[in-house]
Amino acid sequence: MRSDVLLSVRDLRIAFDGIEAVRGLSFDVRPGEVLAIVGESGAGKSLTARALLGMLPPGATTGGEVRLLGETDLAAQRGRRIALVPQDALSALSPVHPVGDQLAAAVRSVSRVPRKEARARAVAALERVGIPDAARKARAYPHEYSGGMRQRAVIAMAAINNPDVLVADEPTTALDEERRDQVLKVLAEQREAAGAALVLVTHDLDVVREHTDRALVMYAGRLTELGPAEEVLTRPLAPYTAGLLASLPQNATPGRRLPTLPGTPPTPGVLPPGCAFAPRCSLASDTCRHEEPEPQQVDGRLVSCHHWEDA
Amino acid sequence: MNTPLLDVRDLVVRYGAVTAVDQVSFSLHSGETLALNGPSGCGKSSTAHAVLQLRRPDSGEVRFEGRELTTLTERELRPLRPRMQPVFQDPYGSLSPRHRIRDAVAEPLKVQGRWSREGGPDRVAELLDRVGLDPAYGDRLPHELSGGQCQRAGIARALASDPRLLVLDEPVSALDPSVRAGVLNLLADLQDDLGLGYLFICHDRAVVRHFADRVLEMRGGRIIT
Ligand SMILES: Nc1ncnc2c1ncn2[C@@H]1O[C@H](COP(=O)(O)OP(=O)(O)OP(=O)(O)O)[C@@H](O)[C@H]1O
Ligand code: SF4
Ligand SMILES: [Mg+2]
Repeated sequence: MRSDVLLSVRDLRIAFDGIEAVRGLSFDVRPGEVLAIVGESGAGKSLTARALLGMLPPGATTGGEVRLLGETDLAAQRGRRIALVPQDALSALSPVHPVGDQLAAAVRSVSRVPRKEARARAVAALERVGIPDAARKARAYPHEYSGGMRQRAVIAMAAINNPDVLVADEPTTALDEERRDQVLKVLAEQREAAGAALVLVTHDLDVVREHTDRALVMYAGRLTELGPAEEVLTRPLAPYTAGLLASLPQNATPGRRLPTLPGTPPTPGVLPPGCAFAPRCSLASDTCRHEEPEPQQVDGRLVSCHHWEDA
Repeated sequence: MNTPLLDVRDLVVRYGAVTAVDQVSFSLHSGETLALNGPSGCGKSSTAHAVLQLRRPDSGEVRFEGRELTTLTERELRPLRPRMQPVFQDPYGSLSPRHRIRDAVAEPLKVQGRWSREGGPDRVAELLDRVGLDPAYGDRLPHELSGGQCQRAGIARALASDPRLLVLDEPVSALDPSVRAGVLNLLADLQDDLGLGYLFICHDRAVVRHFADRVLEMRGGRIIT
C-alpha cells in the first residue's frame, strides 16, 4: 500500500431496493488533507460520507470497498481512527447527561483510562475549542450551552481520540458568515492538533475555495471531477462543474436572471443511458448518450467527460 | 409617490428584557425587493414575524396597503392575512409531512372559500406549473421531493392566497447553488408578472447583492444603513 493514502474508496456502490444511488465511486483521502465533496442535492454525497464511517442507513446494500489504512471494518474504527462531526449538534448530544460526561465516555469507549483521567481529558478538550470556564461547563447539560458552544463541543468530541480522519456533512449549512467562519476555524484547529484529514461535504463553494485542498465533484452517484480545489473552481474540466460555478450570484450580472442548469436533477433508477448529465449538457454528443464516461487523468486531475477539452 | 405596499415605523419587539427589534423603520413598494441582511440573532426574523403579525410588536406601526395592522383584532386581520404570505427557510418544515403537495396547495383555496370541484384542481395544477413543478408532483409527499422542488411547492402554496407581499425568510439558504439559482429566478419572474413586493431576509451577501433592489443592514436589532 502506498503511504500517501489514508483512506481508499474503490468502486463504491450503494443501493436501496436494487436502485443504485452511488454508482461505482473511487477516490483516496491523503493524510492530513482537507477533501471537499460537492455536487447537486441527491448526488450521493451524504451516503458516501456515511459509507466512510460504516454507518449507512438500514436497507442499504453496498458493493466495492472502503479501506482505512488497510482496515475494512470501518464501523469498528468509528470514534477511534475516524469520527463524524455531526451537522445538528443539539440532536447529537444526549440531553440528559452533562456534556463533559459524554466526552469522557467517548474517551473510555476506546481506551481503558480511569474515569478521573477521562474527565480531565474531556475538560481539556472543551478548553481547546475555546469554551470558557471549561471545568464548570463540563458539568452543564447541552441545553445550558449556546448554539455556538454546542457546536464546538461536538467538534471537540469528534476530535477527542485523535482520529486520522474527521468527516463533516454540511457542518455550516444555513449558518451566517460569522458563525460559519467560527465553526470552520475550530474545526481546522482541531484537525491540525489531531493531525487528521478532513472530508467535508458542503454546497458552499466559498468554503471549498478557502478551506479545502482538493475537491471531489459528484453527479448522480459518480465522480464528475476531482482535483486541487483552486483549480477545480477556477478551471473546471467537467460541464457540470462549469454550470455549477456559473450559477453563483457572485459570478452573475446584477438584475439579470442567474444561469441555471437546464432540466431537472436525475432520479436514481431512471437514469438516461450513457452520461447521466447528457440531457442537461450543451456539449452532449451521440457518444455521450450511449457510453458512460469513466474517470480519466488530465494534468494530475480526474475528470469523467467525453468532451472535457471543449468545456 | 403612491402609497407603499408596506410601511414600517419605529417597530419594537421585546422578548423579556431583550430588545430584538429596536426602532426599525422602512417601506417597500409593489414590485420591489427589499433585503434585510445581517448575522443570526440580529433581529431579521423577529422583524418578519412582527410584519406578518405572527407576533404582535411591542410598539411601532405596520401599515400594509395603507391599513394599520397593529391596532386590528385577530378577527379584523383574518381577511388581510392571505395578502401577506411567508416563505420560510426549511422547505420540508413549511409543508405538513403527511399532506400530499396537491392538498397543501389546495388548502388556502379551501380555507378562503375559493375552491370549487371544477375550478379547484385546475387552479392547483396551474399554480404548480407556475412554479416550475410538473403537476404530477402533486401526488407526492414533501419528503419525496428534492429541497428545491419542495421550496417551489411552498411558493405555490403561498401564491394560492393571491398575495401582494411575500415575506421570504432565508428561502434559499438550505439549497445548493444550481438549485438556488433556479428558485431565485422563479421569484424574479413571479415578481415581474404579478408585481409582488418582497421582504427578503438573507444572510448571504452575494445572494442579497444580486437579488435585492435595496439592502438594509441590521445589527443588534437596529438598521445600520
Ligand atoms: N435511507 C434511504 N433510503 C432510500 N433512498 C435513500 C436513502 N438515503 C438516501 N437515499 C437516496 O440516495 C440518493 C443520494 O442521497 P444523499 O443523501 O447521499 O444525497 P446528497 O448528495 O447528500 O444530497 P443533499 O445535498 O440534498 O444532502 C438520493 O436519491 C436519496 O433519495
Ligand atoms: S460526457 Fe458528454 S454529456 Fe456528459 S458531461 Fe461530458 S460532454 Fe456532457
Ligand atoms: Mg446530504
